[in-house]
Amino acid sequence: MIAFFIKRLAQAIVVMFVISIISFSIQDNLGDPLREMVGQSVSEAERQQLRDELGLNDPFLVQYGRFVKNALQGDLGTSYFFKEPALDVILAKLPATLELVFGASLIIIFLSVPLGVYSAINPQSLFSKAVMGLSIVGISVPVFLTAIGLIYLFAIELNWMPSYGRGETVDMFWGWESGFFTADGLAHLVLPCVSLASIMLPLFIRLIRAEMMEVLQSEYVKFAWAKGLNPRRIYFLHALKNTMLPVITVGGVQIGTMVAYTILTETVFQWPGMGFLFLEAINRVDTPLIVAYLIVVGAIFVITNTIVDLVYGLVNPTVNLAGKK
Amino acid sequence: MSTTNQTPTPNPVATDMDKAPSLWERFKDSHVWHSFTRDRVAQLSLTIFMGYVIMALFAPVIAPFDPYDPTQIDIMNSELPPSWDEDMGDDQFWLGTDAQGRDLWSTILYGTRISLTIGICAVLLQATIGIIIGLIAGYRGGRVDSILMRFADVQLSFSTMMVAIVVLAVFQASFGTELYQDLAMLMLVLVIGIAEWPQYARTIRASVLAEKKKEYVDAARVMGLGQIRIMFRHILPNTLSPILVISTVQVANAIISEASLSFLGLGMPVSQPSLGSLISSGFEYIFSGTWWITVIPGLVLVVLVLVMNLLGDWLRDVLNPKLYKG
Repeated sequence: MIAFFIKRLAQAIVVMFVISIISFSIQDNLGDPLREMVGQSVSEAERQQLRDELGLNDPFLVQYGRFVKNALQGDLGTSYFFKEPALDVILAKLPATLELVFGASLIIIFLSVPLGVYSAINPQSLFSKAVMGLSIVGISVPVFLTAIGLIYLFAIELNWMPSYGRGETVDMFWGWESGFFTADGLAHLVLPCVSLASIMLPLFIRLIRAEMMEVLQSEYVKFAWAKGLNPRRIYFLHALKNTMLPVITVGGVQIGTMVAYTILTETVFQWPGMGFLFLEAINRVDTPLIVAYLIVVGAIFVITNTIVDLVYGLVNPTVNLAGKK
Repeated sequence: MSTTNQTPTPNPVATDMDKAPSLWERFKDSHVWHSFTRDRVAQLSLTIFMGYVIMALFAPVIAPFDPYDPTQIDIMNSELPPSWDEDMGDDQFWLGTDAQGRDLWSTILYGTRISLTIGICAVLLQATIGIIIGLIAGYRGGRVDSILMRFADVQLSFSTMMVAIVVLAVFQASFGTELYQDLAMLMLVLVIGIAEWPQYARTIRASVLAEKKKEYVDAARVMGLGQIRIMFRHILPNTLSPILVISTVQVANAIISEASLSFLGLGMPVSQPSLGSLISSGFEYIFSGTWWITVIPGLVLVVLVLVMNLLGDWLRDVLNPKLYKG
């Protein structure tokens, strides 16, 4: 177990290292920090002197070392546009994005498990066929189109739901503003969460169905039937447990993917989260903000993947912990 | 599948023992064709897909206007609704016009052409990289294999969208928008192509691992054939069915990725719109009731992706390759 743990951790560190190198080369090549600081009206000699003072003429490795040192202390530079530390700007927007992902995950979990299990148990029923048919349509609709469709239908035509923004939020701890506790905030969450969930939902329904059908063929389930156990017990206790194992791994990876897709949903819904901020930062060539976003999102990816792998190793006794062949 | 993999070449000196059937005859006798004649969904999907391909290939012939030619665009015609709408439309533009006064039907034809081209080119690139890496990893095994597959794992754990958005964003910011727009198509193909190679590499590797234990590979090795020849001429043809299955789905995914990137303004420019950038340009006007610029290209895009996914599903059921799970 410890060997497995260390191996995973080492991989996580290597990946973070690669992300930091990429981020640094972006910072190094994109935009000119000097121009942002002093503007155009400074002579070339003064520029050179400033460059020396700021260490911009140092060798790559020295600069990279400084970048990592600062990054480890939470200093990722100052946003050109907001004139505030880039990390603070990003982290202030993090709750909005996480709430979106959380809401979408809830929808996915509470819909995909029952639908997947039902269509695995009754593969021939009309309802299962409808679910499978709809799921392939769902896979084929890009998330931004789902979002536009929902806005058009529920916000413009029917006028039931707000079409943009987060609505009213409540102050929680550490400056976390939550939209989960006001009616207005919840109303604003519905459409973005549904459209974010719509990409992953068909995938999970299909995955759960496929895994469940495989498990239902296995010997131990047949044995459970032979013992005369209650069908409900067999389906939801015996079979579902083993179905969920692969779903956990895929789920973990998909949480990272969802963070990427929030860029799309946030753009459509003008949701004030990290993704929306990132796109604005790109349009303004706000390099420190771009770099900070990369590192924060990279860290989210790496952390979720590592945790999922570890949890999977703990839950599934057959996993090859030491990596032996 | 037989254990040899040379395609039967018609033998000029025909022995009466076995006359090799032509490729078409073999295809007509195959499982794939039989299942195709019975599957209505597959037939419909293929027909619609062929329709799209024809639309894309002959877009300049079919389209009544050239959306890239500014002399044919009149800003006075902008935002006209489709001619079959109750409101006043113009008979010239049966699907209406977009915000710049371009005929929507012509623009959609050209957009489909761009979307399909990018999708197919990106998948060709993915397949090339993925097949080479997958073959090497599977055939060589050992350390090469584990390094390459670790690499693939890491790349897969970052979603394609994320990688593509970041790379394109950085290029756009460093090139400047002007230059970037000229290179957009190439960049999209490169980014989508490179970001998804692990899908192929893993699938190919899994089949190579199964194939390489078979006797024909041993036979080839005993004959003293080179590794590269064994990999590409002997093993590769036997891994074609999983390649075919994932290729269909991958093209669909690449088209979705392209559309999403264009929607974010990181893909094709509005002056040369793909379906995604057309939808994006229409989205600004949807609140004022101008629905057709968004909805019609949206439908065109969804149907295209849907028929490709349906075809992919059907192929998977028919060929039933053991795809790499996870």
